[in-house]
Amino acid sequence: MEIKEIKIIGGVDKCGNPENVKELIVKKGEIFGVVGPTGSGKSNLISDIEQLSQGDTVSGRKIMINNEIPSSDMRRDPRKRRIAQLSQNMNFLADMTVEEFLIMHAKSRGINSEGLVDKVIDLANNLTGEPIKKDYNLTILSGGQSRSLMVADVAVISDSPIVLIDEIENAGIKKHEALELLAGYGKIVMVITHDPVLALMTNRRVVMKNGAMTEIIETSDEEKEVSKRLNDLDGWMLSMREKVRHGEKLSIGDIQNTCKTC
Amino acid sequence: MKVVIVAGTPGAGKTSVMTHTIKQLQKKGKKTSVIKIDCLYTDDDVRYGKLGVPTLIGLSKDMCPDHFAIYNIEEMVEWAKEQNTDTLIIETAGLCHRCAPYTKNSLGVCVIDATSGPNTPRKVGPFLTSADVVAITKGDIISQAEREVFRERVLEMNPNCTIYDVNGLSGQGCAEIAEEITEAKDITDLENELLRHNAPLSVCTLCVGETRIAKKYHRGVLRRIDGFTKYVGE
Repeated sequence: MEIKEIKIIGGVDKCGNPENVKELIVKKGEIFGVVGPTGSGKSNLISDIEQLSQGDTVSGRKIMINNEIPSSDMRRDPRKRRIAQLSQNMNFLADMTVEEFLIMHAKSRGINSEGLVDKVIDLANNLTGEPIKKDYNLTILSGGQSRSLMVADVAVISDSPIVLIDEIENAGIKKHEALELLAGYGKIVMVITHDPVLALMTNRRVVMKNGAMTEIIETSDEEKEVSKRLNDLDGWMLSMREKVRHGEKLSIGDIQNTCKTC
Repeated sequence: MKVVIVAGTPGAGKTSVMTHTIKQLQKKGKKTSVIKIDCLYTDDDVRYGKLGVPTLIGLSKDMCPDHFAIYNIEEMVEWAKEQNTDTLIIETAGLCHRCAPYTKNSLGVCVIDATSGPNTPRKVGPFLTSADVVAITKGDIISQAEREVFRERVLEMNPNCTIYDVNGLSGQGCAEIAEEITEAKDITDLENELLRHNAPLSVCTLCVGETRIAKKYHRGVLRRIDGFTKYVGE
């Protein structure tokens, strides 16, 4: 089944009042943002979509796929699930090696794991400075390594038409590359982010407050311009970070000479 | 009378899952009663009591809670009938991971905690492998990938079960479990009802209170660490 759109039918906020946004449709090929302060219900929105809720979660939202109620098979069985989620929960509890885990995950998704392990690990190692090896135990991976591995896993093993991303910026990985890798071609991507660069990379974003979707903002031309400049700033910030990481000292000259936007 | 037997690892959220499930059953107009079997202490009767359903607790003391549940099943069903209920939920502490308290015509529900890691399904034995329904809890605090790997391990151990991702806090997924209960068979002939899986191997002298540890004091089916098993006694 080709997924052309998802529709989120609004439920209630934390106090039980109806959400301001009654209906939100995200179409194939769109990258959509979710913004709002901590505790405003961003992760719950993403998790409603991941579980294809039918009014059975705290929010009471309903999720429709191609304007239809998804089958219970699609809701339950990972082999039929068309959604990949990258949550903030990145602490691995599984006592197994990276290789065993990836093979097992491929099996749970019903795909042949031949050659996949190396592919996932290579991609992951492009996103983080600390290389992952396949015989590493999952539980020893750092935050950045775990997240890179999960990004690569979503891109290769749980490659799905709907991708949900929760605060990708937090683990010190290359977020642009990660987003590009995840978005692929023709997917529906929803990104929770506090990062203005990522937020403005989307065409539209929903604002969350007190557990509810309150407003949808379209990214204006002016914002696109702001996005470009922020991107430069971000690149500059990243270069400073790399210097510090590699044990170099920073000087006033680094700011004056490098940052064109400042 | 429908009999639902709920087993699972300690702390997995059996009571939380069942509380939400009972609320769903109440919505469907079902008359439910609950019996909680534990070893030394439980205050789960208070939690169940809040739902307004008839509740009984049974403490097995120094006996295996699953054995205790099995010995008492006729009385429990009798009690549930006296309460004018149509569905009896028996929640058992099930500690040794070798017992399988489910009977042929009861609905066997296993509650298992996803944060316990994907090796757990291999370690817990019959209460998982012979269950009809497996409710996986706490999946919201691990990654999607790890959740899927956990689910796969459960299926490796019990390919015929129906798995539900359940949230013991919000009650999400419990409507589906309530639906399974509604569709479950009735137990009509308790006298000829059978266990799905035998209880752990035999009885040894430790089971009946021997505290001396030397080999010479022990009788019954004795298995050595090298795998050698013998019977000592008459």
